[in-house]
Amino acid sequence: MQMNFNEERPIYIQISEGIEDAILSGAFQEESQIPSITELSVNYRINPATALKGINILVDEGNIYKKRGVGMFVAEGAVERLTFKRREKFYGNYIRNLVDEAKRLEITKDEIKTMIERGFEDEHRD
Amino acid sequence: MSIEIKDVSKNFSTTQALSRVNLTFDNNKIYGLLGRNGAGKTTLLNIITNRIFADEGEVIVDGIPSKENDQALQKIYMMSEKNYYPTNMKIKEIFAWTKNFYQDFDMDYAKKLADLFDLNINKNVKSLSTGYTSIFKVIIALSVNTPYVLLDEPVLGLDANHRDIFYKLLIEKYSNFPCTIVISTHLIEEVSTVIEDVIIIRKGTIIKNQSREELLSQGYTISGKASSVDSFIVDKNVIGTETIGGLKSAFILGSINKETIPTDLEVTKLDLQKLFVQLTNA
Repeated sequence: MQMNFNEERPIYIQISEGIEDAILSGAFQEESQIPSITELSVNYRINPATALKGINILVDEGNIYKKRGVGMFVAEGAVERLTFKRREKFYGNYIRNLVDEAKRLEITKDEIKTMIERGFEDEHRD
Repeated sequence: MSIEIKDVSKNFSTTQALSRVNLTFDNNKIYGLLGRNGAGKTTLLNIITNRIFADEGEVIVDGIPSKENDQALQKIYMMSEKNYYPTNMKIKEIFAWTKNFYQDFDMDYAKKLADLFDLNINKNVKSLSTGYTSIFKVIIALSVNTPYVLLDEPVLGLDANHRDIFYKLLIEKYSNFPCTIVISTHLIEEVSTVIEDVIIIRKGTIIKNQSREELLSQGYTISGKASSVDSFIVDKNVIGTETIGGLKSAFILGSINKETIPTDLEVTKLDLQKLFVQLTNA
């Protein structure tokens, strides 16, 4: 989980999205334990209240659950729910920005289509 | 459980160091007390810990006025920028001495931290470099276990690795044994993610006192071509600008409507450091 706290979004949102990413990539498997609030705060040098606020977003959406005295775990079905949530946001997060930037650079719709094709073919890109 | 500062004023001959300061440090929170050099940060901390006395107003610790009251003062540990320790004493002697006054001082933990920072506790305080003088004081502050810990410029002279260790230890300590921590500093970028509430002091007056998130959500930065920025900001509450060549950034207070922002301008959040510089300029 890499964090860059200089961006526009509040830190707690970045923490919650960072954990979502880790769940989606399989780094945190369903029913496996995730780092504690203390571990997250120490590691990213953030206030524990901020880490808790980020985690609570995942708890409220049912993707993380807490076991008293044991720790926090990824809920069953979290990957499916998060995939659905991210798909809903895909247009706003990616397509709109892509089209805005393309317009600034005067890249045509067809050129973008070609690039998207290339993106899908090029499996080994970094 | 709190430290309440009520209407505190302090003058040094002709300069007013603090002017009617009202503040509350609540239970188990990390505060950033931010101000430029000479803004009154240390004066305020010194008044809280009875090193100097206020001309007017009072400080209440857990309901008890702190003035010349040992019971109240034992709840507060202050790490000062200045060294108040006898310099011919060994570090381990000062640890023992601290334990006499602050009974919850954790000697084993202090020794463990000394190892971690490579500090030889058989050394005299006067033989320490600036950085290690800070480290030795930081170790006491982290081991003292009082409900209130005041840190005045804690990372003075510490290198990047030691600063990183310090912030991590501080967060770990706070997570495991919650207490109220006040970090007074002008190195804002470093503490900005650590603190929960921000207090900005300017020329002896408190000008901001709210949660970091709330403060940062009250404005935004807009940047792009100078002429576009200029036309965008005419009707905005601008607290400052920066120009490099034809590029300009403007720091704006107010809520943001993304739809109305021209596509050639970029919006980013305010960062605490920039906001601080703008608010405390001049």
